Amino acid sequence: MSDALPIIRVRGLRKVYHIGKVDVEALRGVDLDVPAGEFLSIVGPSGSGKSTLFHIIGGLTPPSAGEVTVAGHNVSAVGDSGRTELRRKYVSFVFQKFNLLPNLTARDNIRTALYIAGLPADDFDAHFLKILELLGISARLDHKPFELSGGEQQRVAIARALATKPAILLADEPTGNLDSRNSMAVLNLLRDLNERLHQTILMITHNSEAAAFGHRVMHMTDGRIAESPTAIQI
Amino acid sequence: MILKLVWENVRFRPVRTLLSVLLIALPVTLILTLVGLSHGFVEGSEKRAEGIGADIVFRPKGSAVLSSFNGDPLPEKFVDQLAKEPHVAATTGVVYQLVSGAFDTIAGIDQASFVRLSGPFVFLQGHGLEKPNDILLDQYYAEQRHVRAGGTISVLNKDWDVAGIVEGGKLAHLFVQIRVLQDLIGSAGKVGGVYLKLDDPRNTDMVKKQLDAKYEGYPIYSMKELEALYSVDNIPLLKYFTYAVLGIGVLIGFLVVSMSMYMAVLQRTREIGILKSLGASKGFVMGIILAEAFALGLGGTIAGVALSFGTRWLMNELMPASLPQAIVPGWWPIAGLIAVGGALLGSLYPGMIAVRQDPIEALAYE
Repeated sequence: MSDALPIIRVRGLRKVYHIGKVDVEALRGVDLDVPAGEFLSIVGPSGSGKSTLFHIIGGLTPPSAGEVTVAGHNVSAVGDSGRTELRRKYVSFVFQKFNLLPNLTARDNIRTALYIAGLPADDFDAHFLKILELLGISARLDHKPFELSGGEQQRVAIARALATKPAILLADEPTGNLDSRNSMAVLNLLRDLNERLHQTILMITHNSEAAAFGHRVMHMTDGRIAESPTAIQI
Repeated sequence: MILKLVWENVRFRPVRTLLSVLLIALPVTLILTLVGLSHGFVEGSEKRAEGIGADIVFRPKGSAVLSSFNGDPLPEKFVDQLAKEPHVAATTGVVYQLVSGAFDTIAGIDQASFVRLSGPFVFLQGHGLEKPNDILLDQYYAEQRHVRAGGTISVLNKDWDVAGIVEGGKLAHLFVQIRVLQDLIGSAGKVGGVYLKLDDPRNTDMVKKQLDAKYEGYPIYSMKELEALYSVDNIPLLKYFTYAVLGIGVLIGFLVVSMSMYMAVLQRTREIGILKSLGASKGFVMGIILAEAFALGLGGTIAGVALSFGTRWLMNELMPASLPQAIVPGWWPIAGLIAVGGALLGSLYPGMIAVRQDPIEALAYE
């Protein structure tokens, strides 16, 4: 794993938010390499900059300075449309609040992601059907989010994220809205997906127990990496 | 997939959708009702003018194409004078008066000369005009007013004896003796127009030319010309009024959809954030907003067309035999274009807001 080429490469990353007349420095020079196929956990308290790092790697916001390369694409050098393309083709998100489109069924949520990515959206391929089996939601696809439990919604969100075969799956507190049983199930699923599909996963969390599901844990504080990523014995 | 997204968006908030559709339907109904009224009026007038059986009509100076009310009435001597012109077989003078509170006219006729020119009335009930207080109604007017021969009816603040009910399609819905009407409206010795029947309809153009030369300044039309001129566009006030209503239609469609879509964009901020996180482009997001506005505009058009049937029914119930409202399918696509155009215009600003939304802020929106 360690000798794989980094699919995420971050150098000297800085991000400054201008709030009124005050400049708030969210990232103060972050360096990071994530090899393809790794499951990396980033932990840190609120305001540590982990969400900002997550948003920049996911192309949701541009960096103020530094260089970010994701799946071979220099995210720091592209504009809004370039970041949109990154989200469409190379990264997918799983959020704490599931963020499913509320008026669509689980199936249509997945189809929407496929459609936006420019992939065939009418039928799911055999590979994806296996993923749905693995996630245990094959029988729940024709239900709308409000008809699903929190755990089921998060599994649909994971399915939607994986449908487009992203290079990187970005998970932002994926167990934050789940009870302990569902949290454990989702974390096991993420680890399973990483092991079986070699899916690169970058998960941010404030929960060290959840973080332990990754190959490595990176701690952030005050916009910096507090210590070198720790290898976890799984 | 976009259609699915739009359909589910529209379905997911039924009250907002219904209100938007009804509000967009309002100007569509307004336009179709106004157009229907003007067409109904014009078509009715055209049919009745055609039913007179004349070849040429001689109008007072200054009268508009479709009306004899806005010119000075003609001296009645023209009726006899025109009868002596070459190739003129028969003439009849007619006095018109607007029936108060309605959009209709009563015609004062000299029954004998009128019948000579247009043929006898077909009586469904009763008989012709015999006494000064007699009035003839056509079938449409009698049915709308629920009046029968032998009954009475109040027209122009006067109670008339309904002498007969006749088949419609001749000049007017109501007929009284010309002298009675002249006295009633203070226009003794005057007529509103003279209808001429020629010895041979093929002479119409030639006779018209002669009359034009001899009676310079008087509007003289062959009936074919008149039929061709029976158009809403030849009623200046109605034309501009229609344009004004069209403008209001666009404005209402614009404002309603603008407000509705603005609310929708606010309500769906998080969903827009989700779409953006999935990699939806600005064009995709704008496309959804425009498609939804199009759907609302289309729904409003369909509802507006349906409601225009309702206004016709309502008008017949509340004001029978006054304003005939035609259903003009040719105007449905025009009204639809106005509604959909207004809706699309109105969705542009909310669409721009949606497109410019920061995905992180949108995803954090509660």
